[in-house]
Amino acid sequence: MLQLSIRRLIQAIPTLWIIATLTFILMQLTPGGPFDQEKPVTPEIKKLIEAHYGMDKPIHEQYIQFIVKRLQGDFGPSYKYAGWDVDEIIAQAFPVSLELGLYALIIAILIGVPLGILSALFHKKPMEIVFMSIALIGICLPAFVLGPLLLLVFSTELGWFNPFGWNSFSDRILPAFTLGLFYASFIARLTRSGTLDVLKHPYIQTARAKGLSKMRILFVHTLRSALSPVVSYLGPAVAGMISGSFVVETLFFIPGLGSFFVNSAFNRDDTMVMGTVLFYAALIILFNLIVDLIQIWMNPKLNRD
Amino acid sequence: MINSKTEKLELSKRASSLPTKLWETLYKSTNARIGFVLFFVISLSCFIGPIFIPHSYEATQLSIGPSAPSAKHLFGTDVLGRDLLIRTLVGGQISILVGFLATAVALIIGTAYGMIAGYVGKKTDALMMRFVDTLYALPFTIMVILLTVLFGRSLILIFLAIGAVEWLTLARIVRGETRTIKIQAYVQAAQLNGLPHHQIIAKHILRNLISPVIVFATLTIPSVILLESVISFLGLGVQAPLASWGSLINEGAQKFDVYPWLLIFPSIFFSLTILSLNFIGDAFRDAFDPVL
Repeated sequence: MLQLSIRRLIQAIPTLWIIATLTFILMQLTPGGPFDQEKPVTPEIKKLIEAHYGMDKPIHEQYIQFIVKRLQGDFGPSYKYAGWDVDEIIAQAFPVSLELGLYALIIAILIGVPLGILSALFHKKPMEIVFMSIALIGICLPAFVLGPLLLLVFSTELGWFNPFGWNSFSDRILPAFTLGLFYASFIARLTRSGTLDVLKHPYIQTARAKGLSKMRILFVHTLRSALSPVVSYLGPAVAGMISGSFVVETLFFIPGLGSFFVNSAFNRDDTMVMGTVLFYAALIILFNLIVDLIQIWMNPKLNRD
Repeated sequence: MINSKTEKLELSKRASSLPTKLWETLYKSTNARIGFVLFFVISLSCFIGPIFIPHSYEATQLSIGPSAPSAKHLFGTDVLGRDLLIRTLVGGQISILVGFLATAVALIIGTAYGMIAGYVGKKTDALMMRFVDTLYALPFTIMVILLTVLFGRSLILIFLAIGAVEWLTLARIVRGETRTIKIQAYVQAAQLNGLPHHQIIAKHILRNLISPVIVFATLTIPSVILLESVISFLGLGVQAPLASWGSLINEGAQKFDVYPWLLIFPSIFFSLTILSLNFIGDAFRDAFDPVL
């Protein structure tokens, strides 16, 4: 396990370098710059600003400086939030996204896994259709449809929740549910097919023949391997929930990293955009590693590959 | 001579068997039938329906403003007094078109890339697949947003950008399949007989790749439509006065407490489309059962 972690972390270095280079090239190719405003500044002032940020140097020098700075862990100053460094903004906004993502993850698992197990247990019975339809709702109601609908019902009509904000605990419920339901549906489907797969195996029949109780067969013998696809889905799911939360954050006016990213992309805040992309990429790599470790812990056979 | 004849016979049999199998799949599964009919009805109304509607999707009537559904405007009108029914249908055209075109882009890139990596093998394969692994670590949606923000909001760019991020999974599937097909005895026999590479690829490899590619396509179209809608929802997609379901839902979401119909009608169309496409995709996946 330690070996795997070390190997993966070493592999992450070229990956991050390529991503950094790609975003750098993208930003250079784009017409316009962060200091093009509607009311143009005089060329002298623009020159001074560009000199201040080192944008007047030849492109290869800018690139080398860019990579060296990132290696030192310096993401540079934000072009639009004057006086703020990009890492300061990330440090402020990311915990909000993380918290939202965690609640959404809990909701996704709490809804998805039982739903999947139930529909597998009721396979080919009328109840299965009911459970799977609930799971389908999440897939065809993505966040930007579900969010406004939930707000319409629970906030405008019933008045149970604040329509926006991020202050009390009750402010977390609607956004987390909006974000989590889509993933809950996927988890439900994966759990269902995983459970159905395992139930076919001869060792389950043996357990049944031994007279073990249904509950024991389900929880001790089936779920451990049935949930393996769910666990491997959790890596991309967690990454998606944390990095993909910008729709929910924009909808509910939550000051998370997602809404910062969308704004900075609109504003051409180049350093902020590159910083966020790199940060997200590192996060995805990290989550995939954690998920692989959990899988090995659940199923030690995998370690041999 | 005899050889080529039997081969032709074989090919004609196979060529007819694939559509037959697709048709059988649709026919056998209830969900797939529901999905197919639903999608057919929605696309038909989106592409043909606007002809019969006496309103224009872009002509504003500020004097009416937002009005609730009525006999004249079945879905009501939006803030600028435009008929919502025709806007929903025209928006559907855009969403469905983007879904198919972006999937086509992904199919072309993914199949070509995966096939070359799998067929050439060795170091080329290792290098090409490592590149795919690298791109996997990119935050996808964020990249699409970045591309659309940076290069302006054109429709062509949107589906190119979406296609450019959706091809990775297909490249992996195709590469795996190509590697298994390549070591089959008949492919090796063809190689030994001196059949040029491009003919081996066209005759033996591409043909065997059709079913995983079809399954991938049916599962990708709904996720592309979803992605386009997210982009349009954030205000980065198609430009006014054109609309897609995503941008219509966005307009509705801003005013949902006063004019709920602006949110509800586009949402219903969007959700039913995603549902129907998922039904079809699931049925195809079950029928062809490739490892996805």
